[in-house]
Amino acid sequence: MSDTVRLQSLSTFPRLLMHHAQTRPNHPATREKNMGIWQTWSWSEVADEVRAMASGLAELGFKRGDNLAIIGDNRPRLYWAMCAAQCLGGVPVPLYQDAVAAEMVFVLQDAGIKFAIVEDQEQVDKLLENMAECPNLQHILYDDARGMRHYNQPFLHGLDEVQEMGRIHNRNHPDFLDGEIALGKPDDVGVMLYTSGTTGKPKGVCQTHAAFIAAAQSGCEFDKLGPQDNILSYLPMAWVGDHLFSFAQATYAGFTINCPESGDTVMTDMREIGPSYYFAPPRVFENLLTQVMIRMEDASAIKRNLFHYFMDVARRCGAEILDGKAVGGGDRILYALGDLIVYGPLRNVLGMSRIRVAYTAGAAIGPDLFRFYRSIGVNLKQLYGSTETCAAVCLQPDGQIKFDTVGPPAPGVEVRIADNGEVLVRGEVMLKEYYKRPEDTAEVIDEQGYFHTGDAGFFDEDGHLKIIDRAKDVGKLANGAMFAPNYIENKLKFFSHIKEAVVFGNGKDEVCAFINIDMGAVGNWAERRNIAYSGYTDLAQKDEVYGLIRECVEQANAELAHDAMLSASQVHRFLILHKELDPDDDELTRTRKVRRGFIAQKYGVLIDALYSGKASQFIETEVKFEDGRKGKVSADLRIQETKTFPPQAAQKAA
Amino acid sequence: MSNGRHIGDVILDLQNISLRFGGVKALTDISFNVREHEIRAIIGPNGAGKSSMLNVINGVYHPQEGTIVFHGRKRHDMNTHEAALQGIGRTFQNIALFKGMSVLDNLMTGRNLKIKSNFLQQAFYWGPTRREELEQRSKVEGIIDFLEIEHIRKTPVGRLPYGLQKRVELGRALAMEPTLLLLDEPMAGMNVEEKQDMCRFILDVNDQFGTTIVLIEHDMGVVMDISDRVVVLDYGKKIADGTPDEVRGNQEVIDAYLGVAH
Repeated sequence: MSDTVRLQSLSTFPRLLMHHAQTRPNHPATREKNMGIWQTWSWSEVADEVRAMASGLAELGFKRGDNLAIIGDNRPRLYWAMCAAQCLGGVPVPLYQDAVAAEMVFVLQDAGIKFAIVEDQEQVDKLLENMAECPNLQHILYDDARGMRHYNQPFLHGLDEVQEMGRIHNRNHPDFLDGEIALGKPDDVGVMLYTSGTTGKPKGVCQTHAAFIAAAQSGCEFDKLGPQDNILSYLPMAWVGDHLFSFAQATYAGFTINCPESGDTVMTDMREIGPSYYFAPPRVFENLLTQVMIRMEDASAIKRNLFHYFMDVARRCGAEILDGKAVGGGDRILYALGDLIVYGPLRNVLGMSRIRVAYTAGAAIGPDLFRFYRSIGVNLKQLYGSTETCAAVCLQPDGQIKFDTVGPPAPGVEVRIADNGEVLVRGEVMLKEYYKRPEDTAEVIDEQGYFHTGDAGFFDEDGHLKIIDRAKDVGKLANGAMFAPNYIENKLKFFSHIKEAVVFGNGKDEVCAFINIDMGAVGNWAERRNIAYSGYTDLAQKDEVYGLIRECVEQANAELAHDAMLSASQVHRFLILHKELDPDDDELTRTRKVRRGFIAQKYGVLIDALYSGKASQFIETEVKFEDGRKGKVSADLRIQETKTFPPQAAQKAA
Repeated sequence: MSNGRHIGDVILDLQNISLRFGGVKALTDISFNVREHEIRAIIGPNGAGKSSMLNVINGVYHPQEGTIVFHGRKRHDMNTHEAALQGIGRTFQNIALFKGMSVLDNLMTGRNLKIKSNFLQQAFYWGPTRREELEQRSKVEGIIDFLEIEHIRKTPVGRLPYGLQKRVELGRALAMEPTLLLLDEPMAGMNVEEKQDMCRFILDVNDQFGTTIVLIEHDMGVVMDISDRVVVLDYGKKIADGTPDEVRGNQEVIDAYLGVAH
């Protein structure tokens, strides 16, 4: 194949798929655990399924330029649906499957959705509930027919039936689909992903085939990913990270995606598959570590001591060995022994025995957490990017890992720091536009073609990018010192007992915080001390728990005291919230980022109480359950003062 | 609640059943019937004879008087083995699972009646025996999928919370592919969410497999919502029989529940 023909054949995702179907027809493309058994589809079978689905969609009237909503857990057919829409020149729009019905309406209306492919009855019900508000919605296709027998609306179709229709269509018009695929251009919009909406309404980010292929290509070449690799696809399909790893990179490099049986079985499924490539936001790594630690505390004394002894060894030299740095012979021998009796079995339990490369992104990762995984031999790295940049701006290269930076810019991406500290990005991976929002697009892309990320950061001496906070969140305390709330919240969240933290202080003279305790970790801690509790609200208000959290906050204060810029931001007072912050109550985004503005408004009383020096404050809050019912939680919240430390950095400098 | 499913003829008819334990009258002259594909509830205060009634249906107790007509065959009493062969499955008020065995193995015991190969063949596990086991396993996996218990497939039952154990027990009863399913207080001791789940599973079983269901339940809300017809017992006697609406308005039923002096 000459180079130009080859380029032509790989310039859109449907062409990539057909290319794999020809060059490696029998290589596994997709696996799913169903009825307790892993089912495999080869690339040629996947191509077949996608063809059938695409022609079926065309038969129903799906046309070039139409948007296709995709809602559900990670199911093979939903991934195929993305490619099917792209075959016809349409745009797949994955939605967060756990969103409540009303939240979906906005996206369905905004994207002018006519066709939706959904997983099951639950999602169908959500759409039916909102049919009146989405007049454009003409057809709903469902993957799992369970419970759908009595639905007789004419616009509901089973995917089986649509694919069968497509197969007949393909027999009658064998050239139709290839013609459609040939019409696709690399700069067509390939997918539309909605931003999580940390501020205001979500925006549809239009990404072209070329952008995601560029992102996939740079990632795959960077880490030498090929058809032999395996990935577990378990993160929401609407998240840019999952789209990049499970769709774009998998279709580019031709590696295998594995869909777990259900959300509850991810751990077991991961052990069975043993992926070689893994992606998770920090909270997943954190949950895994918390589980390991809880189980180690319950283990027998011999095992516990062995574990702690070798974890000390790993902490001392594990990360260095992974980085290929010089390590003393004694430590090397100890580490090898530890690998045999602790790290190896531990990696096996975590399903990480075969991992070559693991990435984390989406939020800051704690240094201890990061070191833990690296020290037991899991090559965990960070990357930086956003929905607007295909999540591929910076990658950490092997052997140059620092916990507090996100690495140098990826190949083909240009990064510049603006005068106000904002990170600017230019390159192929940039968004084409926000859907139907030219003003918003103009606002984030400047004349020189740089995308304004909205993140504040700087390059360190090695040329690695360090992100501090969202640029617009960085504020000032009353005395003029810099205040970066996210930075402080992350410091607090690095403690395993703290799940979420929200700090306030912009324009005030002191910093105060709301804390959410981690129910698993604190619950276990309480049990060990014979502290009885009836639930989250009760546990959160225990004196002992306040004491525990106060220690964490004071430790964070002590660390902050060493920071040249942020020593004034030590937390003076905190309270533990009576309920867990929840995306269903709009307090977190679907990607679990705190919506500070909304929380400040909702819990205004509590903030006033924090700053007025009260000892406690009564609050009653409405909570929404997953099925849409509402309830109330109320409690008297105690407010706790904490110790702060004199700034250390200034003294050192003097 | 009958969303398109077809309620058929009477498949189980109990006529003038009386059951005594020594001098104690547990059931007195009770008659009612169960139609194919319906959900039939038996309710009543504590000690009304509800569980005894179920035990008569699947042959654990043998009534002194009365006749039982099941699938057109008239008899004086049932026996347990025959009941099982005839497709009567049941769950118990106090969970009766094998606590040390995994969920999967517990469900496999429910397939016992369907397995043809004998002990010796199973010991060698060769050819047809192996094929048979695979077939049984795939049936059981179907039930695991149906009840959404994939994540606990290999967990020993004793380690599971109560609500899940109840679900596993339902699963084991379903594993024998019953035509008539007897549920003894399937929702006792559950929280609201678990009750909702269980209701949905019962309705799904009835709807998808067409299984006829006779259930005993204390939670009146649940009973009125999901059953087609309700029979009310009090002190071993039948005091009402009809649709939930008819029963709800019945003065005797109200008295029985509110505790009027007899």
